[in-house]
Amino acid sequence: MNIVVLVKQVPDSGAERELRSDDQTIDRSSANNVLNEMDEYAVEEALKLQEALGGEVTVLTMGPEQAGEAIRKALQMGPDKAVHVLDGALHGSCAVATSKVLAAALRTLNPDLVLAGAESTDGRVQVMPHMIAERLGIAALTGARKLTVDGGTLTVERQTEEGYEVVTAATPAIVSVWDTINEPRYPSLKGIMAAKKKPVQTLSLADLGISPDEVGFAGSTSTVVESTKRPPRQAGTKVTDSGDGGVQLVEFLATERFV
Amino acid sequence: MAEVLVVVEHSGGAVKKLTLELLTLARTLGEPAAVVFGAPGSAAALTGRLGEYGAAKIYAVESDELTGYLVAPKATVLASLIGDVAPAAVLLGSTQEGKEIAGRLAVKLDNGLLTDVSDLAADGTATQVVFAGSTIVRSKVSRGLPLATLRPNSVAPVPAPVTPAVSPVEVPLSDADKLVKVVDRVVEQKGSRPELTEASVVVSGGRGLGSAENFKLVEELADLLGGAVGASRAATDSGFYPHQFQVGQTGKTVSPQLYVALGISGAIQHRAGMQTSKTIVAVNKDAEAPIFELADFGVVGDLFKVVPQAAEEIRKRA
Repeated sequence: MNIVVLVKQVPDSGAERELRSDDQTIDRSSANNVLNEMDEYAVEEALKLQEALGGEVTVLTMGPEQAGEAIRKALQMGPDKAVHVLDGALHGSCAVATSKVLAAALRTLNPDLVLAGAESTDGRVQVMPHMIAERLGIAALTGARKLTVDGGTLTVERQTEEGYEVVTAATPAIVSVWDTINEPRYPSLKGIMAAKKKPVQTLSLADLGISPDEVGFAGSTSTVVESTKRPPRQAGTKVTDSGDGGVQLVEFLATERFV
Repeated sequence: MAEVLVVVEHSGGAVKKLTLELLTLARTLGEPAAVVFGAPGSAAALTGRLGEYGAAKIYAVESDELTGYLVAPKATVLASLIGDVAPAAVLLGSTQEGKEIAGRLAVKLDNGLLTDVSDLAADGTATQVVFAGSTIVRSKVSRGLPLATLRPNSVAPVPAPVTPAVSPVEVPLSDADKLVKVVDRVVEQKGSRPELTEASVVVSGGRGLGSAENFKLVEELADLLGGAVGASRAATDSGFYPHQFQVGQTGKTVSPQLYVALGISGAIQHRAGMQTSKTIVAVNKDAEAPIFELADFGVVGDLFKVVPQAAEEIRKRA
């Protein structure tokens, strides 16, 4: 089974994140950029399937030059190779345009299964798997907490608001995973060394047959008009419990009319 | 006045609160038209409630087939409906399904998509709070019609009764809509508590609870306040509480009127999911815990003493 894992470089969600004042895109210069956490679970799931079923695991990303760091991080875990869609015209692409590019790249790779993290920690939009599936005419099984493969049939257990549901589809398909699905491995020293030599193919928009005016700011279907920093919350009253902390808490709730 | 399509979320014959928020918002943009997807007979049960909140029209998309497949058929039907009625805007809830339908629709129509909005102005400008509540973004769809998903608890639902006109909508599904089959739906932990993302009060527990057993303290306080129960990632990862109740960067984002954090230190991972709550109350034994930087009222103390006392006090006042 040939698997492509979608990965994304994001600013570290544990640090201060900002939008650039000039074009309202994510400021990658000030942020510590990391591999999106949920993507590690997708890589792990791909490697487990490869161990059981054979085939090749390819990592795919779209992003600026420095997104190559996220590719290396993912390769250190064990995938065979990577594809980096890299083109200056992509800067400022919206989700709709991004899905067009990723779908085009996936067509060149023709995988049986595409795996992705359920969301990125920067945009948290969660729509990419369905957008790509819509373009490729393949099944999208999102938010998996369990994935089983039986020949060409995939079965996914997915969390819902009220419990979970079991869904099934035939390959080719795209599956997105939550962090409940597995425990990602740490790269071994051997894995780290090997990743340096793994092939990373770079694809431009021209390679994918996409015109620059279909992506980036020119081709985007939505625009950020402005962004402002939200004033940080002010700390309120803090009391130390000296036997009546619970009562004081309820008194506060009463003044705010919650009890 | 042009129609504003609102995709209805319902469960067990009841309209979800988020849909009432959507209808309230839709009234500021045009004439609300509710789109109900479900098994035959679903729309009839919801008509009264949808009319109460201003749905002048109801499009009833009813079919047994529809509920057997994941989201794709709904996007197909909506795309065709949009072609027919040329709405002023399309609004969905910012739930997993709402976002997924909207994502497919955006690709089908080559239309911009604004997710997790907390407001949508009449000129199509959306407000979004991003990066764990630290940044406010105003954005617009620049190609196509305003297509947005609304974050729960962003708009106070206000009734505006009308008598809806119900129109049935045919559902011609193609094979491409039937790629993902739902084989089982399992309801877990469905108690009398409100849904986490919709609740106006959320009481969450963290590592400080120490065990799954102790989470009954959290549940007790939640029940006394009529709220939902949440948990930090530390608590769900430790198996203290089921994963679907996780609030934070990798879980649910909540924005209730009142958020009570018990034994939660307030790491950025957690704050990302609750920072926009109206009022925040915290109990933690560590006076330096970052949760106190956000709390409108904080008690530094042993939650095993403070919480039972608070519960007792609420009962006394009831």
